[in-house]
Amino acid sequence: MGLKTALAGVAEIAASVLVVVAFTTLVLLVAGAPPLDTFAVLVKGSLGSWSKLSHVIKVWIPLTLASCGLLFTFKAGLWNIGVEGQVMMGAVATTLAMRMGGPSPLAGMVTALALVAGMAGGALWALCAGFLKTKAGVHEIFAGLGLNFVSQGLVLWLIFGPWKQPGIASMSGTETFDERLWIPSIEALNLSPAALGMAVAAVIVTAYLLSSTRLGLYLRAVGGNEKAAVLFGLKPHAVMTAAMLCAGGLAGLAGAFQVSGVYHRLIPAISSGYGYLALLVVLLAYYNVWAAPVVAFFFACLNTGAIQLPMLLSLDSSLSGVIQGSMVIAALAVHSVSTRSRRSRG
Amino acid sequence: MMMDGFDMLLVASAVIAGATPLVMATLGETLTERAGVVNLSLDGTIVLSAMAAFVVASLSGSLLAGFAVSAAVGACVAALVALFSVRLGMSQVAVGFVLTLMTRDLAYFLGSQYARTEGPISGSAPVPVLSGMPVLGQVLFNHSVPVYLSMIMVAFAWWYLYRTSWGLRLRCVGENMEAAYARGIDPDLVRVVYTVAGGALVGLSGAAFSLCTKPGWGQPQGCEGSGWIALALVIFGAWHPVRAALGAYLFAFLQVMSIHFQSWFPDVPAQVFQVAPFPLMIFLLAVSTLVHSEEAKMLAERHPLLRILTRGLAQAPPLSLGKARSRD
Repeated sequence: MGLKTALAGVAEIAASVLVVVAFTTLVLLVAGAPPLDTFAVLVKGSLGSWSKLSHVIKVWIPLTLASCGLLFTFKAGLWNIGVEGQVMMGAVATTLAMRMGGPSPLAGMVTALALVAGMAGGALWALCAGFLKTKAGVHEIFAGLGLNFVSQGLVLWLIFGPWKQPGIASMSGTETFDERLWIPSIEALNLSPAALGMAVAAVIVTAYLLSSTRLGLYLRAVGGNEKAAVLFGLKPHAVMTAAMLCAGGLAGLAGAFQVSGVYHRLIPAISSGYGYLALLVVLLAYYNVWAAPVVAFFFACLNTGAIQLPMLLSLDSSLSGVIQGSMVIAALAVHSVSTRSRRSRG
Repeated sequence: MMMDGFDMLLVASAVIAGATPLVMATLGETLTERAGVVNLSLDGTIVLSAMAAFVVASLSGSLLAGFAVSAAVGACVAALVALFSVRLGMSQVAVGFVLTLMTRDLAYFLGSQYARTEGPISGSAPVPVLSGMPVLGQVLFNHSVPVYLSMIMVAFAWWYLYRTSWGLRLRCVGENMEAAYARGIDPDLVRVVYTVAGGALVGLSGAAFSLCTKPGWGQPQGCEGSGWIALALVIFGAWHPVRAALGAYLFAFLQVMSIHFQSWFPDVPAQVFQVAPFPLMIFLLAVSTLVHSEEAKMLAERHPLLRILTRGLAQAPPLSLGKARSRD
């Protein structure tokens, strides 16, 4: 690690940003949209005021939680695409716990238990995919995807069936919870210190577990070379299951926050696609714990900034996904080209 | 044949028609994976090519132009996969997954102004003489042109893979790149060619959705999710075009039946039937993997009936699937 490597890193980032800006401009021109105005809307819509920034943080929290979870599975060499369903099941479990607890005098306790239930829900769902992989040999991508479809069906069924609002079921979701059950937040700032603390803690704990404990070592051993890990006396399937449990728990916590801190009820699109987005976050962060929250913040800015595109420029908000995706592709491509040329130079 | 408004012939005909896009996508991905490349971008590619086909066909008024553009879009996305994974040696799964999300968002971004507009539909075109046949006429020969095309493609893919020297070369690269190289075949070139060709078929499947089976364009698009099903079907079909196509027909059958089940069991919520085919698909994947295990083989030794079953379901992926060739 020297100045040369650092400079190469900066050059890589600059090159990928350049590619992304060029590509996005091209897409905008094809759509007949003014590129400069669009970029301005994205920046102002995310960092322009405190209320915008607090919204960014509300996106950042679940995104960071899910990304931390994915670091465990990626280290173990697993493509946990089921993270989306794990977020949803965390939300479902939290909703269930809050409905059972109700607005009692001990509302704070109910909320805390509901968050734990969310983690358990996500972890259990991840366990399903883990067992399908280790016991039945179904690749985790297909097991996870199938379970994503199932959890989406379950969420819809709950909203239109057993948990429908009194009167009429609707796409707007279940009944809003009593205010005492919400995650406490500072109203003037529209920010929940407790949730923010949870996300920061998740990053620190993940970093610690992955770098300084046996678990981290085992995960890297299995992810690096499954056969060699067996020779060292490790049980790859047990390690993989542990990775899935960690990932599912953190994804479930993200879903729990969506329910208790953002929407205060269960809605059909409760996961907001943050599971899939977290996969992109971790890819762009090159599986680095400390880079993941930074990338997550950048992605959260794009998501928040794009909300106003339909209103101000009558453009679809899916532009954020186009930028995020091209960012990851460009970064991966630039990185692999530069490592190749460095290797060939010696 | 009638039972509670349930007509066997109508169901069979609906299955053949409904499976068309899935058959095309599954065949395309089978070709690609036979060359050793996993193109995971299917789901987004189908949405993007469905949008492109719909927009081009409604602006130009030509269905043919719509289908041509969709094939070009699919080929372009696949070319990106080939460039990044075969040429640059990047992870095929990572590239494919990012592209699947990005192409879907790109489709919704570029296509938003055309959502829910009127567009052309590839109408019914019964085959003369053949459509007059009893039973078979209605089931097989009373469809639109893309449906016939998909049926011809299945036969063609089988013939190409197993009866031509080009097909032999393709399978050889998928099984053992070094051996293929030693025989004077350029493995990278073969991989790029079949990734792009497979991508074109996947693109056509998008057009088959938006111009034929699920006509129209909107958000969310009805074909979202089918790319993932096609990917699972390739495994279920054990990388054999005919078996993969049969899987597509099976899936279409489950979807058609879910509509009927809904009317037969009104107490069970509709969402259950809508998502039921997906876990069923996983279950079938699990079964087709399990029969390959040692225990299953030992059991099969003793029971002749089981032996036939395991042989029918056993699968073995192309050996170099997902791997990049080292150039050192």
